[in-house]
Amino acid sequence: MRYAMAIDTKKCVGCSDCVVACQTENNVPIGYCRDWVVEVTDGTYPQLEIEIRSERCNHCDNSPCVRCCPTGASHYEEGGVVLVTPHKCIGCGACIASCPYDARYSHPDGYVDKCTFCIHRIRKGEQPACVAVCPTKCMYFGDLDDPNSAVSKVLKKRKFKTLIPEAGTQPHVYYLI
Amino acid sequence: MSNSRREFIKISTLGTAGVALGAKYLYSEVIGDAPLRFPASEGSLRTPTYCEVCFWQCAGWVYKNDSGEIQKITGNDDDPHCNGRFCPRGTGGVGMYHDEDRLKTPLIRTSERGKDTFREATWDEAFDYIAEKLKKIAAEQGPECVALFTHGSGGAHFGHLLKAFGSATISAPSFAQCRGPREVAFITTFGDIIYSPERTDIRDTRCLVLIGSHLGENMHNGQVQEMSDAIDKGATIITVDPRYSTAASKSKYWLPIKPATDIALLLAWINVLIENEWYDKEYVEKYTTGFEQLKAHVQPFTPEWAYGITTIDPNVIRETAREMRNASPAVIVHPGRHVTWYGDDTQRLRGVAILNALLGSWGRRGGFYNPEKMKLPDYPVPPFPKPNRMPQDAYQGKYRLANEVVSNGLCDATIPSVERECNIRAWIVNGTNLMAALPDQQKTIDAINALDLLVVVDTMPVEITGYADVVLPECTYLERYDMIRQSPHREPNIALRMPAARPKYNSKPAWWMAKQLAGKLGLEAWFPWNDLEEVLDWQLKQIGSSLDEMKRMGVKKFPRSYDDLYFAPGEEVTFNTNSGKIELYASDLEAEGFAPMPVYTPHEEPPEGFYRLNYGRAPVHTFSRTANNPNLTDLMDENTLWVNPKVAKLWGLKTGQYVKLKNQDGKVSTFAIKVRVTERIRWDSVYMVHGFGHNNPRLSRAHGRGVNDTELVTRVHVDPVMGGTGMRGNFVTFVTDEPTDGKEAGS
Repeated sequence: MRYAMAIDTKKCVGCSDCVVACQTENNVPIGYCRDWVVEVTDGTYPQLEIEIRSERCNHCDNSPCVRCCPTGASHYEEGGVVLVTPHKCIGCGACIASCPYDARYSHPDGYVDKCTFCIHRIRKGEQPACVAVCPTKCMYFGDLDDPNSAVSKVLKKRKFKTLIPEAGTQPHVYYLI
Repeated sequence: MSNSRREFIKISTLGTAGVALGAKYLYSEVIGDAPLRFPASEGSLRTPTYCEVCFWQCAGWVYKNDSGEIQKITGNDDDPHCNGRFCPRGTGGVGMYHDEDRLKTPLIRTSERGKDTFREATWDEAFDYIAEKLKKIAAEQGPECVALFTHGSGGAHFGHLLKAFGSATISAPSFAQCRGPREVAFITTFGDIIYSPERTDIRDTRCLVLIGSHLGENMHNGQVQEMSDAIDKGATIITVDPRYSTAASKSKYWLPIKPATDIALLLAWINVLIENEWYDKEYVEKYTTGFEQLKAHVQPFTPEWAYGITTIDPNVIRETAREMRNASPAVIVHPGRHVTWYGDDTQRLRGVAILNALLGSWGRRGGFYNPEKMKLPDYPVPPFPKPNRMPQDAYQGKYRLANEVVSNGLCDATIPSVERECNIRAWIVNGTNLMAALPDQQKTIDAINALDLLVVVDTMPVEITGYADVVLPECTYLERYDMIRQSPHREPNIALRMPAARPKYNSKPAWWMAKQLAGKLGLEAWFPWNDLEEVLDWQLKQIGSSLDEMKRMGVKKFPRSYDDLYFAPGEEVTFNTNSGKIELYASDLEAEGFAPMPVYTPHEEPPEGFYRLNYGRAPVHTFSRTANNPNLTDLMDENTLWVNPKVAKLWGLKTGQYVKLKNQDGKVSTFAIKVRVTERIRWDSVYMVHGFGHNNPRLSRAHGRGVNDTELVTRVHVDPVMGGTGMRGNFVTFVTDEPTDGKEAGS
C-alpha cells in the first residue's frame, strides 16, 4: 500500500478551500497551516500562463525529516504516510530545516506539525478533508498499489510532475500538468 | 513561454506565515507531552444549515467538538447548490460565529450620526424606541415612508413585518448594484430571468463564454464546480476580460479587451453569426421575432469595425464565433452576475441574450435550463394592508422596466426635494453594509442625515452601524432558524437552517426581533405563532415533510412537476414577452423610448496619469461581509492593487509598497493599498478586490486594511432602463509619499 495524491493544476482555481477545510478539520490554530496555495505567472501581457497548485507535505519515500529527527517523532505510518508523534517531538526544528517543501511548522503547543493526509479520515474510509471539500474536484487521493484507485487511474491518463525532484526525496504528491 | 517576467506568489499568505511564525516559536518552551489536537468528532451530533456567507446558500452540516463548540461545517451531499462541497467562505463560516468583534447587545445612539457613539440598551428599550418613531412616521406620512434594505435571510422576517405595517418599500442592493441589468435584458428578450443559482447548464456545455465574469475568483460554488466538470469534458472556454483572470487562465481563448467596449464585440459576434449563417436557423425561425431588423442593424458592425474599438483581432472574433456555432446549442454566453458597469448595462446584456437566442441555447441542454422551485405555502396570516404608495412611486416614473425595487432610487427618495410629496423617513437595514454596497457614499450619507430613524440589524459592527440610531445584534446563521430555502434548480429542493448553538452574547434571531417589534406596533395578528419552529413545521407538513424529517435530512428533493428541463424537439413554446416570441427586437425597450437593439456608445477614457478602477471578487471573501472573519482574514487580510509593470515603472512603484489612490473628483482613499505589480492587468486600468478598507476600529482585523473601492466610486452612471448604478467609469491615480509625476518618472 502506498498512499499518494494527484492535483490537477488545470482545474485548480486557487480558492484556498483546501487550506480552510484542513484548518477546521484538524484544529490547526489560526495563523498556521498544513497546506497552502501557490500561483506562478509566466509571460508578458497578453501572452500569459498561470499555474496554480495546492501544496502540502509530499509524504516522501526518502524523507529528510524522518532521517534527521533525533527522537523518532517523525516516522512512517501505513501507506508511507509521514507523521509526527507530538509527545516524542522536542521541537528542535531540524525537520523544518531539512524539508525542501517548507511543509512543516512549529505548533504553538511546542511540537512540529504538518499534513497527515488526514490519516484519521483515511482509516475510516473517507477522503482527506482537502480532497473532500475541493469545489473543482481537482484532487485525487488513493493507493498507488491499487490500479483502480482514483490516483492510479488519473496518473495513468495524464502528464504529471513532482516538486523539486532533484532533492531525491521521492515525493508522493503529483501535479497534473 | 518566456520566463523573463516570473511572478511567484503564495496566494495564501499562510504558507509563508507557517514558516515565519514557525521560526518564532521554534525556541519556545519545549513541552514533553504536548496535548494532542483532536480532529472534529465525527460521532458528535451534526445539525443542518444553509450558508449565509454568500447568496449561494449552500446546504451543509455543522459539527461541534467534544467541548460543544462549533468546529467545522461541511457540505450536504444531497444539495444541488454544493454537492457536498462547501467553498472556502462556507468552510470558514465558523469564523463568523467565533468572531469576538461581533455585535453583542442592542445599542442606541447618543450623539451625532456617523460618530459611532452608543449606549448599551435592553431589547425592550430598543424596540420601544423604534416603535415610537415608526408610529409617528406612519401617522404623519404613511407607513410606506419606512423602507427596508436587505441582503440576508433576516430580510424575510423584517419584510413580513413591513408588509404588516403597510409598506412595500423593500429593496435589495443585489438588484440595482449587481445583477439587475441581466434580469431586465433577459425578461425583454426571453420573458424570464436568470434566477439564483443561475440556470446556466455549465455541466453539459461544450462552449462557455465569460464576459468579465471571473468564475473561480467569484466562488459561486455550483457554477465553479460545473466549470471544472466542463474543463474535464473538454469544453471550450472563451474569456473576455481586460485582466488575465483565473478563468482566463483556464480558457482556450482569452480576449484581452479594452475596458468598456464589450458591446462592440458582442455586435461583431452577432454580425459574424448572421453574415455566415452560423445561427440556429430552425430555432430562430420558430421562436424569435425581429430577426430581419437585427440583421440590418448589425450589418455595419464587422469584426474589422470592432477591432478598432476593442483591440481584439478580427480573426479571433471570427474564430471564437465559429467555436460558439460549433458547440451550438450546447453553448452559454454567460450573463454574469455583477453587471452594473457603465450605465448601458441592460443594452450590453441584451447583446448577450441575443447571442444566446441566435445560438439556440435558451431551453437547450448545455445552454440554459428551465429551473423549478418547490414552493412552500405561507403560514396563514390575515391579508396585508394595501400600501397607498408603491416603492416605484419613489422614483417618479423612471426605471419602469425594473422588475425589482431600485435601492438607489429609494436612497434618492430619502433626500427631501420639492418634487416629491413625501420622502422616505426611516430605514431598516439588514445584512448589508450600505456604505460599501451603494456607490456615491456622500449621497448615502446625505440620505441618512435626512432620516428620522435608521435601524441596522447585523452580526458585525460594519460601517453602516456607525450611522444607526439603533443597532440590533443579530445572531449568526449558525445560531438561528430562518425560513426554508426554496431555490430554483434542475430538481426542486428545500433546505433547513437550524441553530447549531445557542446565540452568543445578547444576540437574537431576526424572526424574534420582527415578532417583538410587531408586538410593540400592534401587529400581533400577523405573527400568530410562538416561535419559528411552529411556522416551519406547519409549512413542511403541507408538502408531506416535517421539521423533524428536515432536521435529519437537511435537504429534501422533489420530482419535477413536468419533464420540461429543456425544450422538447419541435416543441411549441410561448415566451412571456409582448409577442410571445423571443424578442431580438425588444418591443418593451422601444415602448419605453430606449433602443430596441443594442448600440455601441464610446465611454469616457482615463485622463492622462489616471487608470480605470476595476474591482472584483476573491474566492475567500464575500463583499465586505467577511473582512473581519478570523478564519478568512487568515487567508487574505487586505486587498492589493494590481498594476501593470509598464505603469509601475512609470511611477516607480514596487510590489509590496503602499499607496493611496485619488480619483478623478479629487477623492483620496482613506487608507493605503499594497501594490502588486503584475502582467495580468492592462496598462490602462488597475484592479482591486472589493470589500476592504474598513474604517470602523471595532473591526479589529479589518480596520485600515486595504482600500475601499466604493469610496472612490463617486461618479455613477445610472442605467436609464432599470436604475442600475454603473460603477466602472471611475479613474484613479497614485498618491505616493514622495510625489512623482508619472510622465516624468519614466523618462
